[in-house]
Amino acid sequence: MNPLELYRVVRLIRRFEERAIELVRSGEIVGGIHPYIGQEAIAAGVCGALRTDDIITSTHRGHGHVLAKGADPVRMMAELAGRVTGLNKGRGGSMHAADFGLGIFGANGIVGAGGAIAAGAAWARRYQGGDQVAVSFFGDGAVSQGVLLEAFNLAGLWNVPVIFVCENNGYATTMPVEGGVAGTILGRGEAFGMPSVQVDGMDPAVVYEAAAEAVARARAGEGPSLIECMTYRFDAHHTFEHKARLNYRSEEELATGRSRDPLDIAGARLSTEDREAADAAIEELLAEAVRFACASPKPDPADAMDHLYATGLRARTGASA
Amino acid sequence: MAAETLTLAKALNNGLRKAMEDDPKVVLMGEDIGKLGGVFRITDGLQKDFGENRVIDTPLAESGIVGTAIGLAIRGYRPVVEIQFDGFVYPAYDQIVSQLAKMHYRSRGKLKLPVVIRIPFGGGIGAVEHHSESPEAYFAHTAGLKVVSCSNPADAYWMIQEAIASDDPIVFMEPKRRYYEKASVDLSVKPGSLFTSAVLREGSDATIVAYGPMVKVALESAAAAEEDGRSIEVIDMRSLSPVDYAPIFASVRKTGRLVVVHEASKNLGIGAEVSARVTEECFYSLEAPVQRVTGYDIPYPASRVEEEFLPDLDRVLDAVDKSFGW
Ligand SMILES: Cc1ncc(C[n+]2csc(CCOP(=O)(O)OP(=O)(O)O)c2C)c(N)n1
Ligand SMILES: [Mg+2]
Repeated sequence: MNPLELYRVVRLIRRFEERAIELVRSGEIVGGIHPYIGQEAIAAGVCGALRTDDIITSTHRGHGHVLAKGADPVRMMAELAGRVTGLNKGRGGSMHAADFGLGIFGANGIVGAGGAIAAGAAWARRYQGGDQVAVSFFGDGAVSQGVLLEAFNLAGLWNVPVIFVCENNGYATTMPVEGGVAGTILGRGEAFGMPSVQVDGMDPAVVYEAAAEAVARARAGEGPSLIECMTYRFDAHHTFEHKARLNYRSEEELATGRSRDPLDIAGARLSTEDREAADAAIEELLAEAVRFACASPKPDPADAMDHLYATGLRARTGASA
Repeated sequence: MAAETLTLAKALNNGLRKAMEDDPKVVLMGEDIGKLGGVFRITDGLQKDFGENRVIDTPLAESGIVGTAIGLAIRGYRPVVEIQFDGFVYPAYDQIVSQLAKMHYRSRGKLKLPVVIRIPFGGGIGAVEHHSESPEAYFAHTAGLKVVSCSNPADAYWMIQEAIASDDPIVFMEPKRRYYEKASVDLSVKPGSLFTSAVLREGSDATIVAYGPMVKVALESAAAAEEDGRSIEVIDMRSLSPVDYAPIFASVRKTGRLVVVHEASKNLGIGAEVSARVTEECFYSLEAPVQRVTGYDIPYPASRVEEEFLPDLDRVLDAVDKSFGW
């Protein structure tokens, strides 16, 4: 995979998140976000191994996945800001951004929920032919959810072309992995008969290699895989943490965790000129994203009753009969 | 004890602490509740004081947490489970509805299930779907569960202790948008018991019934209506299942008009049940059909438009007007 392209995606996500955090602070993004900063190499590497017609399901910390899979950063920013020009007309927001045309089946506010959905989306290939695959991203916390292990089993049993990508950033909110996960995450994949590997999640090229291998297997009809990407969340669990220090990670740990930065790792492979040119283009794009988001209209509450049913029935209003 | 100024969050914290002091069988379980003290800080400091065996940081596994609590309860413990946000209770729904609710009945009274499931619920905090929901009716509909909701610090302090001391499984709904609102309370004065509703304001022209986060809106509406010369009685249900109907019926017989207010959607909500019961029992006293002011029948909307979703003073007063204009 082209190092420039990998770098570009890592950088785009990093700067997107930083700009989004500014909008949280200024009140343009309501409800805050779960920043993906530090974990960008995973989205970049995995989605780099995918085609547009492949499918992903994402998490509460989903901006990176959505962007890496090709969503328009401008409309994504508008979505976070809850504007009608957003990917989901401002009704999904940070935790439910989606772009179905690009195979982005959504960020998800429910931890662990995406795994089975990805398996189902991948299984559809049985009926439709083709060689698409699906990827489900999830965190180390999600492996404790029953539904994810149910999805592992179904995928293994039915030889589903799905790749389960665990982003092990060491914590589920404040719970360290050692406190929340018995045995190993890899062991869970192996138990269901999936080829399971653990890789350095800070290097997009390494993640790409592992993903490309798993994707090739899935395309060839050889079933599901698990990739555990070891990573570190540089920023808060959620932006509320910027205001309320939660004190579950020591300063030393933070410094060590941040010392291997995917941006540096990916950037070191480029010439200064290439890197600067990429950075400048991204700044321009994100400046437009922020401008567009803030200038776009907010949703009209009057249409809140629309789209409850596909068959055209409108929702009942709360008003008395 | 003199009155002190306390948030609802701190009152719950004090109540949990007292329950743990009073009974060594009380254990708390939940995500991030120990070291962190919970994302809303309701269990702040309790692990430090009672230890990791009594304030348990669990994995991210709601179904497993509730199932484990059931097992603990059968062996004589009194588990208090925290669900981090309303929308995360659904993975545990099966354990709550199929196991917890039915075991006492199924064992013909042999098993006691003193489990409390605490759920911060409702909107108004700028969060989203899954973080702003009002799932109380699902549980109130389930025979075998009791469902209660506190609306103010004094009730929070006492109700959580009574819920823990009760031998039945109780879903304890906490109004998260009111967590950090302060009130002057005298914790030594015990309010009415857990399963009673309370008349918070007396009036003669119409009755507003609410619970949890909407009690404040009901009281504000009554105060505003007074300026229009209308005397409104406000009742805090406190218990959603079972409902203490006597004060509600008495009030409606007096006022002839009833408005029920809740954040949850209208369709088959608590208001539907109250409305039906009042119609059955107080038909000849009613001057107008029971009005319901509720969330709309849609998924909880994006935070940008949540103010439109949530019942507020204007919508409640409109319903009062409608009742008078009948
Ligand atoms: C079913 C469910 N329970 C609880 C939560 C609250 N919650 C949101 S993120 C999170 C931690 C997730 O940890 P992990 O899966 O490791 O992902 P990370 O946040 O580290 O990216 C929790 C507990 C939730 N969203 N869904
Ligand atoms: Mg994690």
